[in-house]
Amino acid sequence: MTTHRSRSVSPDDVDFKDGIQEVDPVTGYDTTGHRWNGIRELNTPFPRLVLVILMLTFIYSVIAWVLLPAWPIGKSYTHGILGLTQEGEAISGFVAIEKTRQSWLSRFDKPDFAALAADKLLLAKAMPAAVRLFEDNCAVCHGQKGTGGPGFPNLADAYWLWSGEPKEIAQTITVGINSTDDDARFAQMPAFDSLSRSDRKKLADYVTALPQGKTSAKDPASALFADNCAPCHGDDATGGLENGAPSLADHSVIYGQDRHTVLTTLAHGRQGVMPAWSNRLSSAEINLLALYVAQLASKQNERTK
Amino acid sequence: MIATLSVVERQVGLLLSVLLALVGLVMAASAGYGVMAVHGSMALVLGIALIFAFSGSVSDPEPPADRIYHYYDAPIRFGIVMTLIWAVIGMAVGVWVAALLYWPEATPAAPWTTFGRLRPVHTTGIIFGFAGNALIATSFYVVQRSSRARLADAVSPWFIMIGYNLFSVWAVTGYLMGSTQSKEYAEASWYADILLVVVWVTYFVLYMRTLARRNEPHIYVANWYYMAFILVVAMLHIVNNIALPVSFSSDQSFPVWGGVQDAMVQWWYGHNAVAFFLTAGFLGMLYYFLPVRSGRPIWSYRISIVAFWGIVFFYIWVGSHHLHYTALPYWVQTLGMTFSVMLLVPSWASAGNAIATLNGAWHKVRDDATLRFMFVAAVFYGLSTFEGSFLAIRPVNSLSHYTDWTVGHVHSGTLGWVAMIIFGAIYTLVPNLYDRSQMAWPRAIDWHFWLAVSGTLIYVVSLWNAGITQGLMWRTYGSNGSLAYSFLQSVEAMAPYYLLRTIGGALFLAGAVLCAFNCLATIRAAPRGVEAIDRPLSPQPAE
Ligand code: HEC
Ligand code: HEC
Ligand code: HEM
Repeated sequence: MTTHRSRSVSPDDVDFKDGIQEVDPVTGYDTTGHRWNGIRELNTPFPRLVLVILMLTFIYSVIAWVLLPAWPIGKSYTHGILGLTQEGEAISGFVAIEKTRQSWLSRFDKPDFAALAADKLLLAKAMPAAVRLFEDNCAVCHGQKGTGGPGFPNLADAYWLWSGEPKEIAQTITVGINSTDDDARFAQMPAFDSLSRSDRKKLADYVTALPQGKTSAKDPASALFADNCAPCHGDDATGGLENGAPSLADHSVIYGQDRHTVLTTLAHGRQGVMPAWSNRLSSAEINLLALYVAQLASKQNERTK
Repeated sequence: MIATLSVVERQVGLLLSVLLALVGLVMAASAGYGVMAVHGSMALVLGIALIFAFSGSVSDPEPPADRIYHYYDAPIRFGIVMTLIWAVIGMAVGVWVAALLYWPEATPAAPWTTFGRLRPVHTTGIIFGFAGNALIATSFYVVQRSSRARLADAVSPWFIMIGYNLFSVWAVTGYLMGSTQSKEYAEASWYADILLVVVWVTYFVLYMRTLARRNEPHIYVANWYYMAFILVVAMLHIVNNIALPVSFSSDQSFPVWGGVQDAMVQWWYGHNAVAFFLTAGFLGMLYYFLPVRSGRPIWSYRISIVAFWGIVFFYIWVGSHHLHYTALPYWVQTLGMTFSVMLLVPSWASAGNAIATLNGAWHKVRDDATLRFMFVAAVFYGLSTFEGSFLAIRPVNSLSHYTDWTVGHVHSGTLGWVAMIIFGAIYTLVPNLYDRSQMAWPRAIDWHFWLAVSGTLIYVVSLWNAGITQGLMWRTYGSNGSLAYSFLQSVEAMAPYYLLRTIGGALFLAGAVLCAFNCLATIRAAPRGVEAIDRPLSPQPAE
């Protein structure tokens, strides 16, 4: 344990008199003779080293000023002898990278999916880029592996709202669903608050039992379904009408097929939004993603087989 | 506080309290509801409390006449207590937001607990609350001792302390309620900014008046640094915060700056907040407390002067290094880069001067944890300025910018340098202010030291790794010419570093809490009304 008493001495202490130069025993330098509350300063000469380093940084700066845009002059500035501009550097960097990329990506300009999927050499180059594109643009909603979540459909299974064909997927990505795009796919699950509450409960029980195949045509709810729901979800509730209404008879769900969630769906309706990507991704990138998404599903199928 | 004021001073205090209550009333009444109404009510309540305190004691007897034979330390004691309170609040919120980054699902479902609102609470709590109170309190201590003169009057130090803390509380509570100017480190609303201007001008005037009554032939160099801090911060604060209120009954305002000019003004402010708030003021602290604690003369008088002018001159140019590769013209970036590199020399000269001062006192560094805090502060000052100049080089910045490397750099500066020198100063001046020979729990200083050093190292090293990993992941291209990693992968890669950072921050916080309790125990142990025994050279009545 150490106890340093750092308080200063009384005013009358000789130690406080200003103007006495002394020699510091440790360094051998004179003090300046100033004293402030006991603080003294050494009269150490300005270190050479500091000056040398300062000169080096000056030289570095002057070289930078000569080579690069640096000093303002009136309304312009010194452009530097390298003639660099930020825009120029950015563009030339982009062009260099883009050349390598286009060497294979341009193959995706034409949506000839059968030919593309057969070219294993091409896919070896393209698929890592597709993974990155998917994770950067789609994973926020559809999940990193495309398996979706509440409100966002699973893209890695065999069940589709629209279609699992690469061509149709590319269309979905390009225009989106219920998006602001003029050609957007439109899909709406209307609210059935016009039905009585008891009818909705019956329907909910019916829909909940559908995936288990435990429904019968004699069930009074079956008639309700045929009247209200079949036009969109299909007579046997298996969807596939390519109007964005999912099959209700399979195990794949978007919002949930438990009684409570179905009741919410019936009371308020649903209209999920999938943004359009035509303004943000090139058509080659969209085709690449479409192929990737289609393969997500088939890979999953192979695994479950 | 009031007992130390003369009757006239109490009357002035009463008047100011009435004024504060009135301003609060007008603010609350004109706003009616919302952030400004809450802030007005705060001022009103504070004003009324002060009115009661003063009116109860206007007619009390005058304080002892021998007070002019002592330094005026009461506001310093208040400032140190506020420093410690803000330290614990600011650091606790920091640890909390660090944990949120590791575990975002834990965000409670209340708007005020979101990361976006809590982050400025952390930065403002630390920079203004913790660092600012420490700067003001130590500047009062240093200017009196190194000039051997009592503060020029007794009312303005209180006005500064209370006004400054009201500003900080307004700022922090405003963010919690969702009010912000959206300028980093300058988020506070326009009326809080005006309050700070008034406080700051008073501060500058008080400092100059006190220096003018000094009993030493020369102004000690620490005061130069403190003066640069006060003067330049006033200039930065005013220019960056010029804004037009949407209406006088709303906390919202429009900045007068726009586009890239706004960005440049903001970072001219932002970087010089680092330079003059977090560096110049603390160099003043270092130049006083290091020689006092080590009992050694400053190694080089010349360096302390030349480095002062070097730092003041170079720093003002470098703000544009925060805007590399943006819409800011290239030439401005080149200037920011080159001046940042030249800035390294005076910065390192200051750090080196501090370390060389310890020549002949290394045994004390070994034995005395308080002096060790100051030594480590000087080392981290050197480290973070080297790093800063390096990061300011454009190609390096293209890797580091937008990554956690910047955050690592920031905390090597704020934890390693700013906080360490504050703790060193606190452990030196608290016993002296309460006439104790040492802190109540000397062993706890050692514990605090090791908690602080290990916390800082864990924090900084993990974020260096995090930042460089991020930077590389964002710019690595595969052989097919497309990016090798998605952004998501770079986020996932951060998890271990964010966890470590949270642990490092928690260690640092634990040390700060220990310091607060240690100070509390020291203050408790002192008899009431005790004065520091060091004294001005000649008694001077208040003006
Ligand atoms: C903002 C969230 C969001 C993003 C981002 C998003 N999607 Fe979607 N996506 C949806 C929603 C919601 C649906 C379902 C729309 C509905 O319910 O009718 C959907 C549907 C789809 C479908 C139709 C599925 C089917 O069964 O027919 C495909 C294909 C698809 N998305 C692919 C993508 C791709 C590829 C990307 C990345 C470029 C992407 N999505 C990005 C929200 C999103
Ligand atoms: C106008 C066409 C239309 C009609 C009629 C319709 N639906 Fe739908 N339904 C949809 C669409 C489109 C979706 C997908 C909505 C989405 O993804 O945002 C959907 C989704 C659902 C879902 C959610 C599925 C899931 O995976 O979470 C349920 C449940 C459902 N419908 C039940 C019904 C029932 C029961 C009826 C009859 C009362 C009905 N629908 C009538 C178009 C319709
Ligand atoms: C020579 C001295 C220094 C130089 C040249 C310097 C330079 C830099 C640079 C280049 C950045 C990163 C800008 C970006 O890419 O966004 C930065 C950020 C920062 N530095 Fe320093 N630095 C120095 C010293 C310090 C010190 C001592 C501290 C703290 C006490 C500090 C605190 C900060 C802070 C808070 C930021 C973050 C700004 C933000 O929020 O983006 N710096 N500095």
